[in-house]
Amino acid sequence: MKGNEAIAHAAIRCGCDAYFGYPITPQSEVIETLAELKPWETTGMVVLQAESEVASINMVYGAAGAGKKVFTSSSSPGVALMQEGISYMAGAELPGVFINVQRGGPGLGTIQPSQSDYFQSTRGGGNGDYYVIVLAPSSVQEMADFMDLAFTLAFKYRMPAMILSDGVIGQMMEKVVLPPVKPRRTEEEIKKECPWATFGRTPDRKPNIITSLELQPEVMEIRNQKLLKKYELVKENEVRYETSQCEDADYLFVAFGSAARISEKAMELAREDGLKVGLFRPITLWPFPDKQLEALAKGKKGVLSVEINAGQMVEDVRLATHGTVPVEHFGRLGGIVPDPEEIVNSLKENIKSGRFNG
Amino acid sequence: MGKIKGSIVVNTDRCKGCSLCVVACPKDVIALSDKHVNVNGYPYAVAVRPDDCIGCASCGIVCPDGCISVYKKRMED
Amino acid sequence: MKEDIIAPENLVYEKPSLMNDTPMHYCPGCSHGVVHKLVAEVIEEMGMQDKAVGVSPVGCSVFAYRYIDIDWSEAAHGRAPAVATGIKRCWPDRLVFTYQGDGDLACIGTAETIHALNRGENITIIFINNAIYGMTGGQMAPTTLLGQKTVTCPYGRTPELHGYPLKMTEIAATLQGTCYVTRQSVDTVAAIRSAKKAIRKAFEASMQGKGSSLVEITSTCNSGWKLSPVKANEWLREKMFEFYPKGDLKNTIDE
Repeated sequence: MKGNEAIAHAAIRCGCDAYFGYPITPQSEVIETLAELKPWETTGMVVLQAESEVASINMVYGAAGAGKKVFTSSSSPGVALMQEGISYMAGAELPGVFINVQRGGPGLGTIQPSQSDYFQSTRGGGNGDYYVIVLAPSSVQEMADFMDLAFTLAFKYRMPAMILSDGVIGQMMEKVVLPPVKPRRTEEEIKKECPWATFGRTPDRKPNIITSLELQPEVMEIRNQKLLKKYELVKENEVRYETSQCEDADYLFVAFGSAARISEKAMELAREDGLKVGLFRPITLWPFPDKQLEALAKGKKGVLSVEINAGQMVEDVRLATHGTVPVEHFGRLGGIVPDPEEIVNSLKENIKSGRFNG
Repeated sequence: MGKIKGSIVVNTDRCKGCSLCVVACPKDVIALSDKHVNVNGYPYAVAVRPDDCIGCASCGIVCPDGCISVYKKRMED
Repeated sequence: MKEDIIAPENLVYEKPSLMNDTPMHYCPGCSHGVVHKLVAEVIEEMGMQDKAVGVSPVGCSVFAYRYIDIDWSEAAHGRAPAVATGIKRCWPDRLVFTYQGDGDLACIGTAETIHALNRGENITIIFINNAIYGMTGGQMAPTTLLGQKTVTCPYGRTPELHGYPLKMTEIAATLQGTCYVTRQSVDTVAAIRSAKKAIRKAFEASMQGKGSSLVEITSTCNSGWKLSPVKANEWLREKMFEFYPKGDLKNTIDE
């Protein structure tokens, strides 16, 4: 099935309470599949087509604040509209999941795949000092698997979690094993897991208030610091990445999502040409696996950051390796997905020009 | 049949001196404090003609800050 | 004699117990306080203290959650109806309402308001219309009357420069999802009693699954209008009611 369809199936199976969304190419299959599956008749999951992405994310804000497992999905221009709500969710410490099946920009851009929302995704995205957990699937299987993982992380840390996919993974058809079925939580379970949630004050507690507002600078600073502490904890515990043939490699490709799949093929082609290349694939883009990359990149002759954008993750690769190895970027733009050959050519060009050590 | 008598208790520290109760009272029972102000510097509602109060609760109902409690009793002759 | 009267058994009116003792930040005489009391009284009288979830807006009433002891979710500017939709869809047996001003509801949140009402979400929207932006210091609102002076239309609102005042409540009455649309005020004892009945009716309709309700409270902002609270009520009756006439605009609850 398609990556977008896998998301819908996985959401229902992992006990999700609601989906609020607005159609946009290339991710409309998420809401279409949910509508077709009618989970409100089986698990009781709510599915609602909102009037906009702004409304969708604020419905997520309301429902997440009320302790429910809810998500939304969109593509780049729509996710840009959602940034208001995501920032409020981060400020109010709400768990929620949103999916960005990226397309090229800026503006309306193109409906073809892209990875050009890396900066937006890994730097919070909206106003204020905050981060969201960013998971980058590179297969339909991971689209399905990351749904439950995203919810688990979002609730564990009370913060929004994002699945940063792209038009390739969203539209691609692959075999998939769907995750095991989990029932939706009962009211008692929600009450226990989310003692902060706003679904009606019970006599045993004070009213709960979901808000990101604090007018006293001293108190707001404490809130900010509390968020930063939480982010440190996430950085310590939740870094995920994958490596392939890095041990004997002279050169590294660093790539995420669909670019990582293409880079894997490029790595094989390069090795056929006698160039020892390894692949480092960050799975969490925030927190970025910087320490792990730094250790692996040590002593390599060059690191090529392969992205379907104008060079965004390359900044994190450079920060992680802080000048210890030469780092360059290769990417295609406009919704064009690079060929493995182009990537190998870019590597060769970097070696020939002396930007990478020979 | 006894006469209906009322009485009000004003939470003077909560009062902001907006005068809405003064206008709402049908018996002109209430006025704002003349020289005294409360902890926030506001003049506050005072029952200046308490004997005229009929306990109609108009003052309490219009008070935006919920400062006034109203009591009513049928007095035996 | 006074001591004889002031006894618990003789109490006929007091601040609703659901309203806590936190001093409200509103200006003296502000309509918000009265409407807050009504909301608290209705929830109390319905026995819904443990089932009510309020959604507060951005604007003067952003801190509504500080004063009424129920669960609250504080929404982004204009998004309260979307936030309420999210809560109510997931918790259908809860009493969910929004409390919004004219800037929040009739300007930045027009889309969220109209669509939540049109979907017939089983929520109540309480709409405080004082024809001005109170919190940011008296700027023009979408509901500012023609000729009315504000700091962003200091020479008075004109259609050529600023467009016309927006009648959201009239629009709401045309939507199929609404079951009860009314315009009330809180300037007199009788008006306050009527507004309370309207809020109760709307809350009950939302619990009976009859659709969306919009209760507009045409209100004063004496600071923004630069009038005393008493004069502001007079201006409300003279000017506001002419353009925003009071009464039920739609009621399909009892059909």
